Amino acid sequence: MAGLSLDLIAVQLFAGLALGAIYVLFAIGLSLIFGMLTVVNFAHGAFFMVGAYVGLFVLMMGGNFWLALVVVPLAVGIIGLIVERFLVRPLYGRGIDYPLLLTFGLSYIMVELIRIAFGKTGYPFDTPELLQGAVDIGIGYFPLYRLFVLGAATVVLLVLWLFLEKTSFGLIIRAGARDPQIVRVLGVDASRVWLVVFGIGTGIAGLAGVLAAPLQGVIPEMGSTILAEAFVVTVVGGMGSIGGAVVAGLLVGIVVSMTSLFAPEMAKVSIFALMAIVLLVRPQGFFGRAGLMS
Amino acid sequence: MNDMSQMMADVPARSNSLFDVAVRHRAVLASLFLLIFPLIMPFKALAANILIYGLYALGFNLLFGFLGLLSFGHAALFGTGAYFCGIAIVHFGLPWYVAILIGTLGGAGMAAIIGALAIRTRGIYFAMVTMALAQCVYYLFYQAESWTGGENGLRGINVHVIDIFGLKFDFLDPLTRYYVIAAFVILALFALSRILASPFGAVIEAVRENEARARASGYNVLLTRLLTFILSGAFCGLAGALAALHLSIVPIEMLHYETSGMVVMMALLGGMGTFFGPFIGAAVFMLLENLVSLWTVHWQLIVGAVFVACVLFFPAGIWGTILRKIRP
Repeated sequence: MAGLSLDLIAVQLFAGLALGAIYVLFAIGLSLIFGMLTVVNFAHGAFFMVGAYVGLFVLMMGGNFWLALVVVPLAVGIIGLIVERFLVRPLYGRGIDYPLLLTFGLSYIMVELIRIAFGKTGYPFDTPELLQGAVDIGIGYFPLYRLFVLGAATVVLLVLWLFLEKTSFGLIIRAGARDPQIVRVLGVDASRVWLVVFGIGTGIAGLAGVLAAPLQGVIPEMGSTILAEAFVVTVVGGMGSIGGAVVAGLLVGIVVSMTSLFAPEMAKVSIFALMAIVLLVRPQGFFGRAGLMS
Repeated sequence: MNDMSQMMADVPARSNSLFDVAVRHRAVLASLFLLIFPLIMPFKALAANILIYGLYALGFNLLFGFLGLLSFGHAALFGTGAYFCGIAIVHFGLPWYVAILIGTLGGAGMAAIIGALAIRTRGIYFAMVTMALAQCVYYLFYQAESWTGGENGLRGINVHVIDIFGLKFDFLDPLTRYYVIAAFVILALFALSRILASPFGAVIEAVRENEARARASGYNVLLTRLLTFILSGAFCGLAGALAALHLSIVPIEMLHYETSGMVVMMALLGGMGTFFGPFIGAAVFMLLENLVSLWTVHWQLIVGAVFVACVLFFPAGIWGTILRKIRP
């Protein structure tokens, strides 16, 4: 353990938070969609991947990273709207497994379409020039881009929080997540709300994809890896809970980052061990309501 | 009219209509089909693959179709069966039949571990937890390089001669190889049919139909789930072990997420909750994969589209739809 100073641990902890920020953005969309539509979106990883590729496309077309940050969530969100309206909607009321199976099949199609358009091999994704290099954050030097990811995630969360808490549409979403039937009885067109929620959830997944791209590059299969990790986040945090997604996402990021410092060979497996422990001790997750499980 | 025949079907007395006789002897009929299958299939190696993945889908369907639990982690059971069988041969030099037994038990054992964690959750969680745990199993086998060969897969599972009761079969001959594998699949078919016809089989379906009522009737729902998961694991482990012998290598992709997803597609395509449907689904899936990849490398696009269409328009699957049509 020689050479492992307190500063190194602190920097690694911070790196874990930045990684966790990606998980949080990914899992929050998953959670929002599940809480509202009771759909487990198995294509969420594919939307994440498409987000990264749309970002790549913007760069190829001569646009810059900042333009990509605007275009990606809009483009991916619109794909999400189309998917909900024409594919997921006919399946409501036909049992909880069917939308899941549909989105699973959809992820196959999306991955293959990307392979057709961009090829099977991956691409590197340059860190924008403005965000290259490292910055001294008091405890040591820290890559500027990771700091930016952390900041961007915080902004998205804040906007989402304001939207959910302060707007009347957000009120409907929160009410719908608690009791969709009452919301419908009160005369709200629930299908329109579901449409918007699906669009927002997938849009954020796309944004997470383009934010993650400079950290890991882009390949067509990048979605399935993060999907498994996001399920860990969801199980640990509690399904359908936004607060749970935030806490668990950051925790999972820190666990990954810490085990890759202390026991690199365990880095991939550690989060699943975390999930196993949570399942044994508290099967509904940190913030999960027990009723949501059935 | 339809309601009348439905009522008739519910009467437990042995009816002698052709359909009921066929249902009673489903394992025999399915076995006969397997025996003539290679004669109508031009590619013997593909036929053997269909056998193996058909068995994998049958094992998966025991959990998904009959118990109603959707697992997205069955690759872990299939792959563990394959690796255990392969390790028994490559590292311990055990005979092939012991290796198959070890593979089957390996699948069941892995199912016991994953099941013990996953059945603590219900419904929608189950798919997520099984998928995440299977991913964990993938990494564990990936890293245990000295045992599993890591990224390169486990090589050198060379079984050339199958010797049993003094008889020797040339395992390198494609048709002989098919029938050796078919023998195990037929055994599994009879076992599966027996399980489903037993009182335990009735409890499995009772838990699927109405969990609260099954519990109120005094059945241990959690134990039923775990046992069914383990049985499913044994079938999938056997399929994996046969795959290891057939391929003479265990690629790491066997444990991959796509292998889990593939079996979900097969079961739904064929018809979940039917006895033989998943096998039909596996056959159609693999034929589709082989035919489509003749003219495009992007066969997953076609397979995905067929699957999505199935979910939207034919949730009963191919075999399920046929059964519904011909049921008297």
